[in-house]
Amino acid sequence: MSKPRNLVWRHRKAKAFEYFCIAVTALAVVLLAILVYQASVLGIPWLDMQFIDSFPSRFPEKAGIKSALAGTLWLISLTAMFAIPVGVLAAVYLEEYAPPGRLTQTININIANLAGIPSIVYGILGLAIFVRFFALERSVLAGALTMSLLILPVIIIASKEALRAVPSSLRQAAFAVGATRWQVVRAHVLPAALPGILTGVILAMSRAIGETAPLIMIGALTYVAFVPEGPMDEFTALPIQIFNWTSRPQEEFHELASAGIIVLLGVLLMLNAVAVFIRNRGTR
Amino acid sequence: MENRVILDIDDVCIRYGEDLAVRNVTLPIYENQITAIIGPSGCGKSTLLRSLNRMNDFIHGCSHTGGIALGDMDIYDPATDPVEIRLRIGMVFQRPNPFPKSIYRNIAWGPTINELKGDMDARVENALRRAALWDEVKDRLSDSALNLSGGQQQRLCIARALAMEPEVILMDEPCSALDPVSTARIEDLLFELKENFTIVIVTHNMQQAARVSQYTAFLETGKLIEFGETEDVFTNPKNERTEEYVTGRFG
Repeated sequence: MSKPRNLVWRHRKAKAFEYFCIAVTALAVVLLAILVYQASVLGIPWLDMQFIDSFPSRFPEKAGIKSALAGTLWLISLTAMFAIPVGVLAAVYLEEYAPPGRLTQTININIANLAGIPSIVYGILGLAIFVRFFALERSVLAGALTMSLLILPVIIIASKEALRAVPSSLRQAAFAVGATRWQVVRAHVLPAALPGILTGVILAMSRAIGETAPLIMIGALTYVAFVPEGPMDEFTALPIQIFNWTSRPQEEFHELASAGIIVLLGVLLMLNAVAVFIRNRGTR
Repeated sequence: MENRVILDIDDVCIRYGEDLAVRNVTLPIYENQITAIIGPSGCGKSTLLRSLNRMNDFIHGCSHTGGIALGDMDIYDPATDPVEIRLRIGMVFQRPNPFPKSIYRNIAWGPTINELKGDMDARVENALRRAALWDEVKDRLSDSALNLSGGQQQRLCIARALAMEPEVILMDEPCSALDPVSTARIEDLLFELKENFTIVIVTHNMQQAARVSQYTAFLETGKLIEFGETEDVFTNPKNERTEEYVTGRFG
């Protein structure tokens, strides 16, 4: 047997690539750590029940995020209610039912394009359709519907990918024992695609929770001294409150913004934990 | 004794877009017999097999002419419900494709969704016994089917088809992904199954066709070259191409 050529050099290259990957991963982790550290140092001293349970105020020591937190929870819940069923079912139609052809292809391309449109454009759309045309005013409902439009493409694309990854042999097996299309989708395709769909839903909801521009566009308020009690009430949201605080001159408000960021991250984490919990139950 | 024709394939052509995959095939399938379809790769044998229970419906651009009748049911009639066809004609695929569920659920799902009557536990046991798998799995019916070996998975897929009590079972190269020991077990199984079922098996393996089948159809480039009793086709072929193929000179 001849000696393999350049073996030492090839191994060296393999190692170099591995180290490069580690470095890139580390960069992402370090940046996140710095962000969390900075927010923590500034924000944690302000983080107490008084902060969670107070409305905004022009006195930093009295200011809190009660209305913003409640607004975000309202907004996220309503958005999830609209966007998840519509997005997942649209993906099921496009992957499982729609005949392949020019029309389906056009729809798919356009959905991909929609995912890349700046969020402010969705804000303008929401303002025209929901706030004005349907006269929903500056309600949390109008906000949630606008957010739903914004994240629908993300949910549809991720769900489509997840459905496409389900092997066709599984579908054939189910059809071969006399299942209808719906029974195949319900019993085999959706459960198999669930982890991927949930990953997409997490990404989409994370995006919705952090979006500010479309909410400002549709007229979400920055100073709200009440908690929305129904979908037609006016509201504010965490990122708007954070943005508002950072734009004030006083140092204390910047620290309050950091505390707000920590709360936002907390909500995001809880949301992801729920999704991971559902995913693990589904795959067991 | 003349055997009864259960599936009547009459002048069938199948196209993928413009490509003619099966050309004017006329073929009887006899009841309670094993019919082997052999031929070189790409000769259209799998396409022909899948057309028997309308599994080609899922392939975009696939179209057909001609007629296939199962008793008084016209399989190609657009008014015929493919679900009904697949209740009467079961299928086993090339690669084992159990559902990612328990062994029990794999068997029970088909009968459940079709609301077949009778005791489900008995139906599951019966199907597994007929597929010669019962003794290996009876103590772990709630385990995932994916933990079984490849050969066991394929017998589970056979049991899944048997549990529907179909009249005909289609097998698309059922042993091509299996080792020789598993293959031998499934071939043994086929002999027993033919007492109660009609089997159509597509195979690459000519020895397998010779061993298990009573009738053999030889296809080449979509045309039926020869059909007859297996013994005749292998020992005394009428067509030159058949002889060359079964003696291993091409294919």
